[in-house]
Amino acid sequence: MEKKVKLLVVGGGPAGLAAAVAAKEAGITEGDILIMERDEELGGILNQCIHNGFGLHTFKEELTGPEYAARYARKVRDAKIPYLLHTIVADIRAEGETKYVTAMNKQEGMFTVEARAVVLAMGCRERPRGALNIPGYRPAGIYSAGTAQRYVNMEGRMPGKEVVILGSGDIGLIMARRMTLEGAKVKLVAELMPYSGGLKRNIVQCLDDFGIPLKLSHTVVDIDGKERVKGVTVAAVDENRKPIAGTEEYISCDTLLLSCGLIPENELSAGLGVELNPVTSGPVVNESLETNVEGVFACGNVLHVHDLVDYVSEEAENAGRNAAAYIMRSMCRQQGKTGENGEKGKNGIIEIKIKIGERVRYTVPSTLRLNYMQEEQVVRFRVGEVCQDAVLAVYFNDTPVMRIKKRVMAPGEMEQVKFKKAKLEDYPDLKEIRIAVEQEENG
Amino acid sequence: MEKNRETEPENGAGTAAEGKKKELVCIRCPIGCRITVEDIPGGKLRITGNTCNRGAEYAEKELTNPTRIVTSTVRVRGGKAAVVSVKTKEDIPKGKIMECMEAIKGVELEAPVRIGDVALADVAGTGVDMVVTKDVEASVSA
Repeated sequence: MEKKVKLLVVGGGPAGLAAAVAAKEAGITEGDILIMERDEELGGILNQCIHNGFGLHTFKEELTGPEYAARYARKVRDAKIPYLLHTIVADIRAEGETKYVTAMNKQEGMFTVEARAVVLAMGCRERPRGALNIPGYRPAGIYSAGTAQRYVNMEGRMPGKEVVILGSGDIGLIMARRMTLEGAKVKLVAELMPYSGGLKRNIVQCLDDFGIPLKLSHTVVDIDGKERVKGVTVAAVDENRKPIAGTEEYISCDTLLLSCGLIPENELSAGLGVELNPVTSGPVVNESLETNVEGVFACGNVLHVHDLVDYVSEEAENAGRNAAAYIMRSMCRQQGKTGENGEKGKNGIIEIKIKIGERVRYTVPSTLRLNYMQEEQVVRFRVGEVCQDAVLAVYFNDTPVMRIKKRVMAPGEMEQVKFKKAKLEDYPDLKEIRIAVEQEENG
Repeated sequence: MEKNRETEPENGAGTAAEGKKKELVCIRCPIGCRITVEDIPGGKLRITGNTCNRGAEYAEKELTNPTRIVTSTVRVRGGKAAVVSVKTKEDIPKGKIMECMEAIKGVELEAPVRIGDVALADVAGTGVDMVVTKDVEASVSA
């Protein structure tokens, strides 16, 4: 199968689906779009997230993960956008404006599709045990929280009866409740950090509702059992996250779930030469969510790990629209016409850098090109520590322009600032925007 | 941004002694607003910290009659998947969660099933139906 499309979307989860639909709405014919998905159905990770809480922003109602996924899958089918299931992308390479996407499936074997633009929407993976340096044998009964979620929610199998969960990420919290509902005894959730990495609402409705204890600043220092997990040793950690001698406590259990962070899955991006941000492990992008490789866009959890799927959809729609605009400009150039937006050279482009200030770990995007900005630009970021009574401060060229009071900001929750294009255009000689989280001044 | 249900009391001496205060985290959406509920004279509640009306509604309900939506799975016969996800169509009393789980234990549906199909009517006497949240096609070989 040698095929040519205008837009290829890698991944059929919430990001990929929303990007494809938005690209069609922005004028790309459905036959010129192709989605590749490695799983047996569209929807990605949402299919195993059977809990409620999805879609309040997007659909103004509270849906479960599979329902949210089904809405977008229907949009793709209604738009008649072609997609390939059971198809894994092995390599992407760019030669100027043309991208070559090499993929595999049972029917075609290995094949290459030529595309003008690519949207990266591969999502993320869970941090595995190997990355956590927990001593002990490798007995059965150790699962990432997401693996356990798939077993319970999609395959109808229970991983164990007595459970300890390491890490308080959202999937870990959700699985604490899920396993409890299915009759397991969840003895403890241990979190290395002094705060939970999950949403506050999940602490309330998944742990507090069921009396499941959460120990902050604690970790698993040993796993007991050779064939099957028999128990774990949990210890308190100091401010340097080192176990404190004498605080060890043995907890018998047959299952250990790991919910210790998510990592964007960017092997394909790296192979393509996309610049990655070491903080997010996702691509560095501009206002159009375009990477340093022209015509390659990124959205969803492959770009940075989100807390709400609603924001993934919103971001992905932007990526899809921007990819469509890129394709149209690229076609204009090919036909010898000058595109809009001063496409004559890079001279006309005004680029503003977004710098991270105190307590801000990263921003997405990290640059804004005024010429390509929409009327309103959302900049998303996360803080590096829990901040009480904080002020979100924005500086233009070191001059304070915005101060918003925030009662609490936490690393587990994504924050955002919106910028109006007109405001940036009006500011004289704007080169740099800095976003910081500061302590509230007294008085 | 914050919409308060009652206006802040005027400053100054002579205000009533501080009523009972309760801090809640709203679970109506993933934003998780921190809500403060205070008893104020006249048997009313003063609710602050919520950023939408659902928050005020949640806080009031959480103190009087806490409810939850329950999500789980039930078995499917002859389907492409072994189980299908379900939810209570509306929230049910928090105290009924485990009873609800017990009630759906033996439920087995015949594929195909569609989003919105009733898996079990009036679950655990709550008057609320348990409905399917995912389409499962019949397996070809069945």
